[in-house]
Amino acid sequence: MISKLINRKIFTLLKVQYSNMLEYRVEIALWAISGIIPFFMLNIWTNNNLNESINISDVMLSRYFLCAFFVRQFSVVWVVFSFEEDSLMGKVSPYLIQPINPFFRYFAQHLAEQITRFPFALIIIFFFFIFNPESIWIPNSGILLLSIISTFLSFLIQFLIQSIVACLCFWTEKASSIERLLFIPTLFLSGLLAPVVSFPTYVKSWIYLTPFPYLIDFPANLLSGNETNISGGLSMQILWIFLLFPLFKKIWAEGTKKYTAMGT
Amino acid sequence: MNLRKYLKVYKKFLHTSLASELEYKTNILVDLITAILSLIGSIFLLSIFFQNNGYIGGWKFEQALIIQGIYTILNGITNTWFNPNLTEIVKHIREGTLDFVLLKPIDSQFFISLKKINPSGFLEIMLGFFLLSFCIRINQINLSLSFLTLSFITISCSICILYSLWFFISTTTIWFVKTWNAIEVLRSFLYIGRFPLNSFSFSLRVFFSIIIPIAFITTIPSEVFLGLSQLWKILLEVIVATVFLMTSRKFWLFALKSYSSASS
Repeated sequence: MISKLINRKIFTLLKVQYSNMLEYRVEIALWAISGIIPFFMLNIWTNNNLNESINISDVMLSRYFLCAFFVRQFSVVWVVFSFEEDSLMGKVSPYLIQPINPFFRYFAQHLAEQITRFPFALIIIFFFFIFNPESIWIPNSGILLLSIISTFLSFLIQFLIQSIVACLCFWTEKASSIERLLFIPTLFLSGLLAPVVSFPTYVKSWIYLTPFPYLIDFPANLLSGNETNISGGLSMQILWIFLLFPLFKKIWAEGTKKYTAMGT
Repeated sequence: MNLRKYLKVYKKFLHTSLASELEYKTNILVDLITAILSLIGSIFLLSIFFQNNGYIGGWKFEQALIIQGIYTILNGITNTWFNPNLTEIVKHIREGTLDFVLLKPIDSQFFISLKKINPSGFLEIMLGFFLLSFCIRINQINLSLSFLTLSFITISCSICILYSLWFFISTTTIWFVKTWNAIEVLRSFLYIGRFPLNSFSFSLRVFFSIIIPIAFITTIPSEVFLGLSQLWKILLEVIVATVFLMTSRKFWLFALKSYSSASS
């Protein structure tokens, strides 16, 4: 009974957000384009033969960066910015009265955006294959399923981290600058710009203990068929979710107690 | 044009926006840490590229650092002036308050491109200059008068080109209202300004010098620093900058003709 109710709520939220997102198709298409930095990086790597030193062939490296692009497309999170705006405009108050945590609304928003984004990402990948026909490959269904799961887990980790930062809005009002700060290590350490294998050893020795390589490097390696520890990666992703979720619940409970309504 | 009047007005702009921004002091500190981390991150990425190679696109590591320095300065300028003002333009157009700007006895482009200022960008500019002076030392560059004039000219031209690119997108707000994502696309393209142009493949090089002249923005000033630049390149940059500035002005005046306010 209860689960049925929750299901219906989430389904309705998703439907509303999806029709909402479809209105912004052009914006989402542009947003998909703005994620092409991995392709520029690939260009530097292969054009200067940098990959020879890390023992990855041109084809495998181009698949890696393609997958990094793909994983990034489906793990982009912007909940801090939405929540900050809503909280500054006083929109959070009505959400708090509703019998569902407002973060479900943002969650549905993100999922709906991903569904809208999917065709655009496919178009970009299609163009990538036209320019690099030698890198076409079809991952087997087991790997495909596992990489979809790990991409979703990566999205969950980032969503949880950002939700925790978003809850800081209850205290500081400008939480987005903290998010911009956190984005820097995510950008450089997640494997979006360079595969983690290529990092110097003094970084590799500790990086696997942080959540960063599991955000993009691990799912991308999995999907592209590069060498990676599948069970280790997945369990680290799940471990981080189990660590972050209670933290989010705690900060949410503390924050809502602090909450003072703003706006009109 | 009455220069003294504009200077006086600009002083007022500075005063009011500094006063409002300095209310968020911790925010400025967080932004400074972000800028420092982002610079460390890009140097880390460069060091990965150079760990087994002496040259990337014909540039040594010490020389590539100059590009990073110039990029940091330009990025600081973007964060100080272009980005906060663009936010304002979007707001003006969405809420219809552009009417008030147009009614003022002052040039509208001057008003909307310089009204706001974000002081945390200053720190980034200083960081860039710091890195540049370090590069001057390690590359043993002689500070002659002609070198200083040439680098001043080229960097000013880069600022003009960058400003025009941002202002073009801001202007399109008049038709499209939401331009955040177009800015994201520009930002991701600008990202390649952190690397020497020669490290990219031929087709990308052509794209980034003819269609979006990002190549001019950082590579040519860096070549001036190294004394490698030919005169025709500097002249070309001056011409490109002039054309861009003039077109952005024309484009703004043209766009204003289709401005049809917003109901309040």
